Amino acid sequence: MPLAKRIIPCLDVDAGRVVKGVKFVDIRDAGDPVEIARRYDNEGADEITFLDITASSDNRDTIAQVVKKVAAQVFIPLTVGGGIRKVEDIRTMLNAGADKVGINTAAVFNPELVQQASKKVGSQCIVVSIDAKRVNGEDEPSKWEIFTHGGRKPTGIDAVEWAIKMEDFGAGEILLTSMDRDGTKIGFDLELTRTISETVGIPVIASGGVGTLAHLAEGVTIGKADAVLAASIFHFGEFSIQQAKQYMASQGIAVRS
Amino acid sequence: MSNIAIVDYGMGNLYSVAKAVEHVAAAADRISITSSPKEIAASDKIIFPGQGAAKDCMTALIELELQTAIIDAAQQKPFLGICMGMQVLMNTSEENSGTQCLAFYEGGVEYFGNHVSIGASEGSVKVPHMGWNCIEQQQNHPLWKGIPESSYFYFVHSYFVRCDQQELVAGTTDYGLTFTSAIAKDNVFAMQCHPEKSAKAGLQLLSNFSQWDGNNVAN
Repeated sequence: MPLAKRIIPCLDVDAGRVVKGVKFVDIRDAGDPVEIARRYDNEGADEITFLDITASSDNRDTIAQVVKKVAAQVFIPLTVGGGIRKVEDIRTMLNAGADKVGINTAAVFNPELVQQASKKVGSQCIVVSIDAKRVNGEDEPSKWEIFTHGGRKPTGIDAVEWAIKMEDFGAGEILLTSMDRDGTKIGFDLELTRTISETVGIPVIASGGVGTLAHLAEGVTIGKADAVLAASIFHFGEFSIQQAKQYMASQGIAVRS
Repeated sequence: MSNIAIVDYGMGNLYSVAKAVEHVAAAADRISITSSPKEIAASDKIIFPGQGAAKDCMTALIELELQTAIIDAAQQKPFLGICMGMQVLMNTSEENSGTQCLAFYEGGVEYFGNHVSIGASEGSVKVPHMGWNCIEQQQNHPLWKGIPESSYFYFVHSYFVRCDQQELVAGTTDYGLTFTSAIAKDNVFAMQCHPEKSAKAGLQLLSNFSQWDGNNVAN
């Protein structure tokens, strides 16, 4: 079997608690990152991504504590993103047991951070998150722009050029989110995913818009993604990771069994 | 009970390795993270992990005067190399325009991109090789006990070991080409993947290591 395509559940963490309610019927504490991570591990998740959405920087240490607790009990790769601004922040997360650290806004305002970080800790630890929005008009060739601040602020930077630059700067992976699709449940922006994945030589994780198992599979078969990330379809118990894997396998996709 | 020392030379996070070993080891086992050659010499078993660039790893080993301690341990006691801890056992690595390694075994460390085309199309691969891939067991080894053939392990690397001693090959993995993903000889076992991040299969391997007497004969 070839390298498996990964399925990655993403958890939003605020002040050390998982928010946007994960609804497993048999879970005691839906806000406990350790319990949820363990559950996803048991279901066969290939990695877990924690997105720190804590607004106050006073609470930044809390996410490191969360990672530490999870890493002591769940033995699959962990990625942490949100609020990473300095190489020091990256080190803190890696020392807490994270395998990879996601850099988003900070990379846009300070691309050298990606360069410095990949030199210090290795490319394999650096995931650059790209939030892209389609900006071409109808009948114009496809074009996507990088947005920051949850898709609110345009940057004028072309998403494809940016992905190439980030690879050059030492990113080990790209987490690609379509801001047009995020939260819509109508599927990935497959053209965006495919364009970026076929342009760079590093793995690309597709994100934004998953509502069905078919969407996950299309991310790989049509979008050429190396991994697919989703939140709500797993959290609300609509589908389990096992179901997702079974479906993807039925579409001829290599998954870890 | 045994003392298991995890070698700390500043290359990568050892917390996960320590936690995973603690998770599977006997309650009486003592697990330590150390950069002291003395402590390494006094331990019963050695885990030699590593992450990052080959040159940085070798520089760190030299600065901490750990080379002799590592080689002595690899000659004497149950020894588990992980990721960079496998690569630096070879002669040289192509990384950083050529890096002299510990030369404990014959062979080199080569870049995927020099052998396979990089990309998303059929027949090409993405580099780093990141994610879950299968290991085909090439030896009947005590550390494979209870782990089914072709089990998935978690990999993340851009360079792979080219082993010149065929009898050393304990596992192989396909990624654009077939590469040596585990080697074993006498009391040494080393693997390219991360058992501490490889869920059940990885924990089984670490459990096997914690119970291993260093004898390379499967029961």
